[in-house]
Amino acid sequence: MPRLSAAQRHTIRFTLNGQPVQGEAEPRLLLTDFLRHVLGATGTHVGCEHGVCGACTVQIDGSPARACLTLAVQVEGSDIRTVEALAPAPGRLSILQEAFRRHHALQCGFCTAGILMSLDAFLRAQPDADEAALRDLLSGHLCRCTGYAPIIAAALDAAARLRETAHA
Amino acid sequence: MKPPKFDYVSAETLDEALATLRAEGEGARIIAGGQSLLPMLNMRLARPAVLVDIMRIAALAETTKQNGTLRIGAGVRQATLQAHPNLHPLLAAALPWVGHAQTRSRGTLCGSVAHADPSAEIPLVLLALQGDILLRSARRTRRVAAADFFIGMMQTARQEDELIEAICLPQPRPGEGYAFREVGRRHGDFAIVACAAVAHEAGVRLAIGGVADHPAARDLPADSAHWPEALDAFAHALPARDDLHATAEYRRQLVRKLGHQVMQEAAACRA
Repeated sequence: MPRLSAAQRHTIRFTLNGQPVQGEAEPRLLLTDFLRHVLGATGTHVGCEHGVCGACTVQIDGSPARACLTLAVQVEGSDIRTVEALAPAPGRLSILQEAFRRHHALQCGFCTAGILMSLDAFLRAQPDADEAALRDLLSGHLCRCTGYAPIIAAALDAAARLRETAHA
Repeated sequence: MKPPKFDYVSAETLDEALATLRAEGEGARIIAGGQSLLPMLNMRLARPAVLVDIMRIAALAETTKQNGTLRIGAGVRQATLQAHPNLHPLLAAALPWVGHAQTRSRGTLCGSVAHADPSAEIPLVLLALQGDILLRSARRTRRVAAADFFIGMMQTARQEDELIEAICLPQPRPGEGYAFREVGRRHGDFAIVACAAVAHEAGVRLAIGGVADHPAARDLPADSAHWPEALDAFAHALPARDDLHATAEYRRQLVRKLGHQVMQEAAACRA
């Protein structure tokens, strides 16, 4: 691969929520800013920008990851999923999103997109996850509104409903 | 908090990465998972002229067993290794404490070793198990023992033109027992004190992270009657410091108490 100059923008291509996308980025551009400013996908939020708060969590090739600790140039050719991918249709919520609503698992909602992306990937990989495993996963996210209890309740509820759906 | 400007090379081969390192010297930084380097870039604590991405080099993404050692390549992510069958029990105990699931999905073991944070778990395990670091440059390849590699706060024996090609850990040996514990403010935070112990017939090797400016290890006697005295001496030999998270005195107390628990646990599970 040729050396990408710091002073120029370079074309980056990847799959975003099932659709091929491309845009121009300097090597230093973070994936968060590429998603929000270049592609206009503002569902992914920007919090601490050093990997602590988890607000910017997206799925890279199926695994939850910090978009603020990822350069846009690093995800060339990858499969990225963001919170925009969760709802099955306009005006409808996914099972996980519906559980968040039912349990009041958000107040200001700033951390929610990241938490949903972590839980979405985790519950698909481990549908039988218990509360301890969910608390461990959520240790990678900061929420300053809820105290986490309703988020745990929503995650456990969603896990149970997803298992029922899978068995139906 | 945005990274400063840098050029970017996604190396296709190890030779290409090494050639860039040789040409650029201290201006070049290797990026693998980026989970330690990106915070440094975002906070502008690092200002490299060029980043050399090694994650497209297939040969570095391998984990192999040879001659009783596990060789973990520079491209192996922490989450990938966590899912590895027959993982070394000490590494299996420590990996869940490395960052969070959301950073282990990208972060590599060798990246953590290269970053050399004094409270990091992977360097601690490497030191406890007396593992090696394989360094490679365009000029040479060399193997450095973990005890000689970590030399200061985020300082290692790596030269400017070298990259970590792999780390090597001995496989579990019959008659050994292992344990790991750490204390932090919250799970996933940097450890205030982290302890890893390897118990064998002749004694217990205890490695301590988070206290001095790099991890330290001592071989302590097998007889637990001598442990309190030996742990007290170890705690006082480490240049503990006060910081925002804990006092030096608290850290030394954790070395005594947590160290004792970990040694007991390791001795109890000797196979």
